[in-house]
Amino acid sequence: MTDLSSQSARSHLNRRNRHQTMIKGFGMAAIGFAALMLFILVSSLVSSGYKAFTQTHVTVEVFVDPAEIKPERLPRGGFDDVLLASLKTYFPEVSGRADEKALEGIFSNGAQFTLRDRIVADPSLIGQSITITVPTSDPFDQLAKDLVKRDTPEAQRRVSDREIGWFDTLDKAGAISEPLNWGLISNTDSRFPELAGLKGALMGSFWALLVCFVISFPLGIGAAIYLEEFAPRNRLSDFIEVNINNLAAVPSVVFGLLALAVFIGWMGMPRSAPLVGGMTLALMTLPTIIIATRAALKAVPPSIREAALGVGASKHQVVFGHVLPLAMPGILTGTIIGLAQALGETAPLLLIGMNAFITSAPDSPLDSATALPTQIFIWADSPERGFVSRTSAAILVLLTFLITMNAIAIYLRSKFERKW
Amino acid sequence: MTTSAFACLLVFSLIGYVWNRQAATAIRKDGARLHSLVGFHGAYSLLVVLVPALVVILLWLLLQGPVIDALLKSGLTSRLDGLGTGEVQLIVAEIKSIARGVVFGTPEPWKVDAAQHLVTLQMRAGQLLLVVVAAMSLALVVVSRRKVSAEFRARHGVERIISGLMIFCSVVAVFVTIGIVASLMFETSKFFAKVSFVEFLFGTNWEPQIPLREDQVAAEGAFGWLPVMLGTLVITVIALVIAVPVGLMSAIYLNEFAPRKFRAVAKPLLEILAGVPTVVYGFFAILVVAPAIRNFGQSLGLDVSPNTALAAGGVMGVMLIPFISSFADDALSAVPQSLRDGALGLGATRAEMMTGVLFPAAIPGIVGGVLLAVSRAIGETMIVVMAAGLIAKMTMNPLDSVTTVTVQIVTLLIGDTSFDNPKTLAAFALGMMLFIVTLIINIFALRIVRKYREAYD
Repeated sequence: MTDLSSQSARSHLNRRNRHQTMIKGFGMAAIGFAALMLFILVSSLVSSGYKAFTQTHVTVEVFVDPAEIKPERLPRGGFDDVLLASLKTYFPEVSGRADEKALEGIFSNGAQFTLRDRIVADPSLIGQSITITVPTSDPFDQLAKDLVKRDTPEAQRRVSDREIGWFDTLDKAGAISEPLNWGLISNTDSRFPELAGLKGALMGSFWALLVCFVISFPLGIGAAIYLEEFAPRNRLSDFIEVNINNLAAVPSVVFGLLALAVFIGWMGMPRSAPLVGGMTLALMTLPTIIIATRAALKAVPPSIREAALGVGASKHQVVFGHVLPLAMPGILTGTIIGLAQALGETAPLLLIGMNAFITSAPDSPLDSATALPTQIFIWADSPERGFVSRTSAAILVLLTFLITMNAIAIYLRSKFERKW
Repeated sequence: MTTSAFACLLVFSLIGYVWNRQAATAIRKDGARLHSLVGFHGAYSLLVVLVPALVVILLWLLLQGPVIDALLKSGLTSRLDGLGTGEVQLIVAEIKSIARGVVFGTPEPWKVDAAQHLVTLQMRAGQLLLVVVAAMSLALVVVSRRKVSAEFRARHGVERIISGLMIFCSVVAVFVTIGIVASLMFETSKFFAKVSFVEFLFGTNWEPQIPLREDQVAAEGAFGWLPVMLGTLVITVIALVIAVPVGLMSAIYLNEFAPRKFRAVAKPLLEILAGVPTVVYGFFAILVVAPAIRNFGQSLGLDVSPNTALAAGGVMGVMLIPFISSFADDALSAVPQSLRDGALGLGATRAEMMTGVLFPAAIPGIVGGVLLAVSRAIGETMIVVMAAGLIAKMTMNPLDSVTTVTVQIVTLLIGDTSFDNPKTLAAFALGMMLFIVTLIINIFALRIVRKYREAYD
């Protein structure tokens, strides 16, 4: 019999308690590490991305010179010269082709097209003075957002001292504004960061997810009902089950290879089309939906089935009239989570060419398009500085969609979940 | 045309539904006892029309493209004779774009004629499809209408069709697997016809550049996958070094020590980490992690490559933390309460109970989870495509830049369509290896997990 109050026993106990404290400490440190990583991830995205939600604009008074823009030649005309003339009212001292070119660089490349569209829509503006607000080009946008530091040596800066002087003059004159950047949602992709937007990617993702849903939802539910409620327990159904579980763990890039070889190579479907993307995503979402549906069907208690069978319903009537409606909230939750995964999936879409540079939004699932995650990939690869914050902003848009979808799934689950 | 075929199909099936239902109702009004409810008579007609016609339309759409292409080419044999496959594809693409109304410059007249021919063919195909679908639906509506009688077992018919559809749905998953295996095997066999199997499997040189033109001076291309596999291993090991301890410790803490309220917050937090798309992790790696590691390494006087394996592997490790922790949590929870009670009753502290009893009992489940994480890490694409290197080197230095199987697959295939050179085919060979390796790990892991679950049930 050991003496529990002896020195050795107490030190032994202390050691054991220290061991426990240590393990708890490790556990808390591990969770702390994960939380810290999540925090760094989100905060770095927000801090680099929020700046892309505004866009520096410059407002100028433009005299639509009939000498440069002739009604009969529309939509052609010297729109850039007219814009330059409007800037020269501020800076009459600028002359010479090279300097004028530099001054014109304040405007985004899309400015002349904004002006053109306005005049084409209303040719009576020719000969009048109109006020027009257009995005500035990327270097000046960076300058306005303080991403280009004024105290760095001029040689290492993307804007020269003279350009900063122009910008400040315009700023003092009240011509510079930083409104919300609706172009991020309403523009399509562009080589110029200040003009690039997500419209094409959003539409592409929409079509791809629609195709994915239309294919995977009925197929998944059908397969799950058969395997859970009807299939005899034999080798074949075992094989199918193992197959589905393995399919859920196949790397996504392999699905891309399958799509490339079968859908595009063999069936001759168009590259870069959301239809092909959606079909690929459907194959990947299928196992998720099947597994979720089976779990939801399993959760419906057997008493429901027995009661329905007892009053004379056929097996099909039991399943489709009673079990399936009760399992529907669980099935929908699983489907939404599966679609959210599909929305964030990138690798298979890269292989089928949904990372092309496309400047128009798709009107149908057969048009070439990008998707949100592939657009993020394209922008992350672009060398222009302005695309860094655009990429973060696009990621924030994608995360917003994912959070919304998951929130709907959680709401559905908590609202309709029944405890039997 | 396709839309009108679908519309036609829909209209006919609805007509069939209403017609049969009315016929059944009329029989019932006459005083006969029907075997099936009138709704089943209607549904029988609906399905009998809908299913076969839908199959016909889908098959038609699938085969229409290749058949029209073949017809187009057969009309142009005199022009296309003696040309390579690439040139033929170019000409066909040009004719197609002319047919769509997109004309660049002045195409040769025979191409315009061919485009005209193509338009006619496409229109004929559409009309033919419409006629076939309409005739078929009409016939099926009439056939199913004639079956309506008091004794007709419409419900059984409907249930048989629905069962058939459901069996088809469950077999699709098998077809997908077969499709993956078949397409990978097919392209891989073409690859091994050009590059020797031994060279691929044991070669230590991976330089998939090939001359684009006959006269171009370029490297012949080397296809030894060992350096690529080594790079994959390096990144996987780095990821696991981070994910396994952190995931396991957090699972142990959450499972045994955490207060209920803390658990309710921490678990969803970890799950958020699992729900972040991998492209986001990739951007995180190049935006934050890689520069941080590089700066830190430089401050220690180390030479760190801009796309060091540490950045890609580390971020991948963060991605895998929730994966491992949720598997370990499940495995720990599955250990029966009696084992916990027994250990505590003998006077063990909770930490001793965890390390001495629970953890060993849960080892099989945890190992299964870790194995699944390994297969995820090997197959993970976006993080490494964005943050890892492109050049294959035989190195195990984590500060150096390495490449992985998935990076090579993506870079070899982006922007390339022709499947007739070793460069693109190599991607399929790598994909095949990736599929085989992950499949073996998955089957092994799922078996361990399943076997373990059965032990305590």
